[in-house]
Amino acid sequence: MANTDAIVGWKTITFGCHVLEPGSSAKFRTGDWRSQRPVLDKEKCIKCGMCWIFCPDMAYSRTEDGYFEANMEYCKGCGICAHECPKDAITMAPEE
Amino acid sequence: MAKRVGIEVSIALAEAVRLANVDVVAAFPITPQTHIIEHLSESIATGDLDANFIPVESEHAAMSCCCGSSAAGARTFTSSSSQGLMLMSEVLFIPGPLRLPIVMAVANRALSAPISIWNDHQDIMSQRDIGWIQTFAENGQEAFDLTLHAFRVAEDRRVSLPMIVNIDGFILSHVIEPIEILSQEEVDQYLPPFKPVYRLDPRRPITMGPVGIPEVYTEARMAHSEAIKASKRVIIQGWKEFAELFGRQYNPVETYHSEDADILLITMGSISETAMTAIDTMRDKGQKVGLVRIRLWRPFPGPEFRKAVGKVKALAVVDRCLPPGATAGPVGTELRSLFYKVPSAPKIFNFIAGLGGRDVTVKRFEEMVDKTKAYIKKRPKELYEVIGVREK
Repeated sequence: MANTDAIVGWKTITFGCHVLEPGSSAKFRTGDWRSQRPVLDKEKCIKCGMCWIFCPDMAYSRTEDGYFEANMEYCKGCGICAHECPKDAITMAPEE
Repeated sequence: MAKRVGIEVSIALAEAVRLANVDVVAAFPITPQTHIIEHLSESIATGDLDANFIPVESEHAAMSCCCGSSAAGARTFTSSSSQGLMLMSEVLFIPGPLRLPIVMAVANRALSAPISIWNDHQDIMSQRDIGWIQTFAENGQEAFDLTLHAFRVAEDRRVSLPMIVNIDGFILSHVIEPIEILSQEEVDQYLPPFKPVYRLDPRRPITMGPVGIPEVYTEARMAHSEAIKASKRVIIQGWKEFAELFGRQYNPVETYHSEDADILLITMGSISETAMTAIDTMRDKGQKVGLVRIRLWRPFPGPEFRKAVGKVKALAVVDRCLPPGATAGPVGTELRSLFYKVPSAPKIFNFIAGLGGRDVTVKRFEEMVDKTKAYIKKRPKELYEVIGVREK
């Protein structure tokens, strides 16, 4: 794992290893775990938002033109969006 | 003022918990711990103790409830024994690193199989590395005093760690002894209200018990381990202040006729009183024997123990636990490690005795001392020996 935010010493680690800041998991970038990325074919997409509903990491958000786009800093490449898409508009492409 | 009364040790220990004014008791009854929990349940039902009693479905649930209530900032107590402690085991490793100061009394009992409800130390020794502070009481007064001390030390903000008081099942838990029960005013003088370092509060949300990824797990465990080591200072200070207030002084290790002894018996818990009688008998016959009793088991008081044994020739270490396939019993192993390559270290001989409720008599202690004398001259073949075991 390339994430280095968590690197602390035993003398400086929080008491009880507690996380003292609410919602801090947003700072934990999980995108570098990915081996495949979702690619959207806008010709097929009907903007139903199933990808947004099913994404287990809440990586998807709605863009101004009504499509849904995954934030690559959080998308782990699990492929659930591609599996659930009723129009097969999402394909998983190998991560370079 | 304190009152000296004839009382069952379990009830006296429960009285200490009541006087500590706990907020939550979550426990499941198991022999021989039952009387402790029964008495607390009754005290809560009659209104003598203003606390919540959670009648859980298992010991696993008991310790889970304790973790939750302690995390919420409640003074929390539970008690278990033997198979119950085994069922609790998964959760027992959690409050240490999370720094939750739960106090537990363990009425030590053997483990199945074969089924045994009687006393030895196999239950707690199997849970040696759960990361709690652990003390062993010798008698009823000590069981009462150590319980109050446990709340005081566990909840000290410099410590904030869970703590176990071990009492020998039946041999201690069910015996009626004259015990000085402190008054509420006296206990309040010794034990301040619980002010946790952190607690779960919806107005100030924090996360307790997150995942420890490989980058932080070692540091988190090290921090806990160092906290246990550092707690010794507060443990000793807690005993010192107890002595100043109530006149009874406790130390990490206690000695009996150790100064001029050639051989020292090493014990933990209630058999130490029999060991002292054995030493009196042997001293009358001119034998230079003494006793070192370990009261504080975790953190192990290495320097105090070394000082207590001084330049003695040999230690006869008594273990009440037989770990199959190990090089020795847990106390024997601990002490061999402590003295490894120490110049002029005593010879260490390990005796396993008193399993599953078998009495360790004065005669048995004499037997251990006789064997130790022989072993000083001629090293035994085995690294430990089971005392009183029949071959045929």
